[in-house]
Amino acid sequence: MTAKAQVTISDNRETGLSRRGFVKGALAAAATGLLASCSPAAREAFFQRHFRELTQDDKERILDRLEAEYGRKYGGEFTVDAAPAAEGVQFAYALDLSRCVGCRRCVHACVKENNQSRDPEMHWITVLQMDKEKGIDLSHATAYYNPKQVPEEGHFYVPVACQQCRRPQCVTVCPVGATWQEPDGIVVIDYNWCIGCRLCMAACPYGARHFNWAEPNIPDDEVNRDTHYLGNRPRYKGVVEKCTFCIQRTRNGRYPACVEACPVGARKFGNILDKDSEIRYVIENKRVFILKEEINTQPKFYYFYGV
Amino acid sequence: MHFLEFVKGSFRIWTSGGKGYWSWLAFLGMCVMVGAFGYAEQLQRGLVTTSMRDPVSWGFYIGNFTFLVGVAAAAVVLVIPAYIYHWKPIKEIVIIGELLAVSAVIMCLLFVAVDIGRPDRFWHLIPGIGHLNFPSSILAWDVLVLNGYAVLNLVVVTYLLYCAFVKREASASFVTPLILMSIPFAVSIHTVTAFVYNGLPARPFWNSAILAPRFLASAFCSGPAIILVLLQLLKKYTRLEIKNEAIWKIAELMAYAMFINLFLLGAEIFREYYSGTHHLLFFEYLFTGIDGKTALVPYAWFSVFASVAAFLIFLIPATRKNPVTLNLGALLIYAGVYIEKGIALVIPGFTPSTLGEIYEYSPSPVEIKVAVGVFGIGFLIFTLMLKVALPLMLGEFDIDQPVPARARDRAKPAPAAAG
Repeated sequence: MTAKAQVTISDNRETGLSRRGFVKGALAAAATGLLASCSPAAREAFFQRHFRELTQDDKERILDRLEAEYGRKYGGEFTVDAAPAAEGVQFAYALDLSRCVGCRRCVHACVKENNQSRDPEMHWITVLQMDKEKGIDLSHATAYYNPKQVPEEGHFYVPVACQQCRRPQCVTVCPVGATWQEPDGIVVIDYNWCIGCRLCMAACPYGARHFNWAEPNIPDDEVNRDTHYLGNRPRYKGVVEKCTFCIQRTRNGRYPACVEACPVGARKFGNILDKDSEIRYVIENKRVFILKEEINTQPKFYYFYGV
Repeated sequence: MHFLEFVKGSFRIWTSGGKGYWSWLAFLGMCVMVGAFGYAEQLQRGLVTTSMRDPVSWGFYIGNFTFLVGVAAAAVVLVIPAYIYHWKPIKEIVIIGELLAVSAVIMCLLFVAVDIGRPDRFWHLIPGIGHLNFPSSILAWDVLVLNGYAVLNLVVVTYLLYCAFVKREASASFVTPLILMSIPFAVSIHTVTAFVYNGLPARPFWNSAILAPRFLASAFCSGPAIILVLLQLLKKYTRLEIKNEAIWKIAELMAYAMFINLFLLGAEIFREYYSGTHHLLFFEYLFTGIDGKTALVPYAWFSVFASVAAFLIFLIPATRKNPVTLNLGALLIYAGVYIEKGIALVIPGFTPSTLGEIYEYSPSPVEIKVAVGVFGIGFLIFTLMLKVALPLMLGEFDIDQPVPARARDRAKPAPAAAG
């Protein structure tokens, strides 16, 4: 889905640069470079350490700086939170394939909640349309279905986002440790530490990581100003991003945006360590399965047929 | 100090040369400019200026990187006969292989540098200052071995050439261990690069145990192919003595390497087509296309035919020893392996994507411009190093004659050098 959107964008835009455009651009870039090296905030951003090496003081200073920066860019009051994982929490997700109708409301709720770029378009959830005859067969699935009404005859739908693996390949391969798994099981990225090598994208078996090929754009009036450092704060050009189980919501006891948005109640979320949680009920009482179990990434994203 | 004279003399050599030399430098300068313009555009607008997208997140840059790692590793094909078997005809010319290795590794590092989304954060990779994810990330290993190999070769060639300048016998106890160390390093830059791909279960096309051996086999064809052409040009245009036996021996070694390369490819193709699992998709995309999406098909077949033809040429002594067929074979190998590593490895690894999408990738104008620039820098470095190395090897530039008299006459070889 993302790919298609982005391809269209690059086709529509001028691909070449006039010489004047280039000179202007180069001068502008050099000028901002010089200015940036003078501005203390920019210098601080450049030399910012890895998130996990920061002291509490460092963190507070950085969060203040980011709030001011985003406030200037988009207007309004910004909150950049860095709430840590709570003890005794291990988040997991379940999706009832017999209910999902492929409406993609989850996709759009996710885009809004998590400040994904609108231009170029980016989606963290890919809803795949499958043939009923073939079963769950990714090689014959398509994300580019476009009927007047869903669900379509003879088809079913499998939404795929980050599977929050217990053995995340993306974390293993990152050359700078810019991505890691939090104690509550959420795999996160420090957008200020990622160098954009994209090895994690090559390593992810679920196509769940997305790269900012261009400067991300969100209209001022659509920005979600309630953010988390490791989650939905606005991203930069040239870094990778992904689903974080809506870390900014779920660490404050709320459901992820996709769970709230689903009109048929196909999406379940919760703490698997909590015996009374709905997610625990699903895992104990339904027959769940995971995608690509042969790769042994051990997802915490379960699929099941509830009806 | 003598070293200062060495540097001064080198500058004098670089600034003296005939028309051919200067036009070659001007041409390379233009390539570098083209690359600079392309890269400026990419920096300004982001990697959206390339054709890479989420389903195919690596492309032309990483393909070139992978190919050039092979070229860099190929210096070993000269080092092993020269320093393990003390085979004289090659020992005299081994330095040329090392110069090629240095320029190839520099091009490798540049291709990685232009591929990253945040080049301003390169320092995150520096151990101690940044946060190198070692030993977990194979890419971290790759950073270490590539830089190690570059430094190793640079130290060896500078030392040997400087010894030639001060007319001193190179100290074997210093240089031999370094040269011997360069052998496992050459093997490891290729193995580790193969492991970067090979270790990803998400990409069945790469997740094959024979990927690293295939990398080595193809490296021992493509790198020597360049060296072969280079040696013949040097033989023709300079007074450097290069024995035919040396050239034929290299060609013979290439025949073995190409045999292993083709055999391993055949082994992979058998496994995929005979068992016919869903992993076959990637080979199908490469060799026949899927649903009319056939961008890679002509390249794939050309690569196979070129490699087989080259193998036969190098296998038969008569064609191996005939300069015309020898050079044709070298070109075929070069083309075959360039396509195999540059296009037919990276792209089908991503196509279809992990969720089954077929995004047809082909490099954008910006990617081509930037690549031209990187090759320009590499050839420039090689030309300048060779320009100083040649008079040193010929005994025309040393401590007693820091201003080489014949510098002007010898200027010719450089343009031909990069073939």
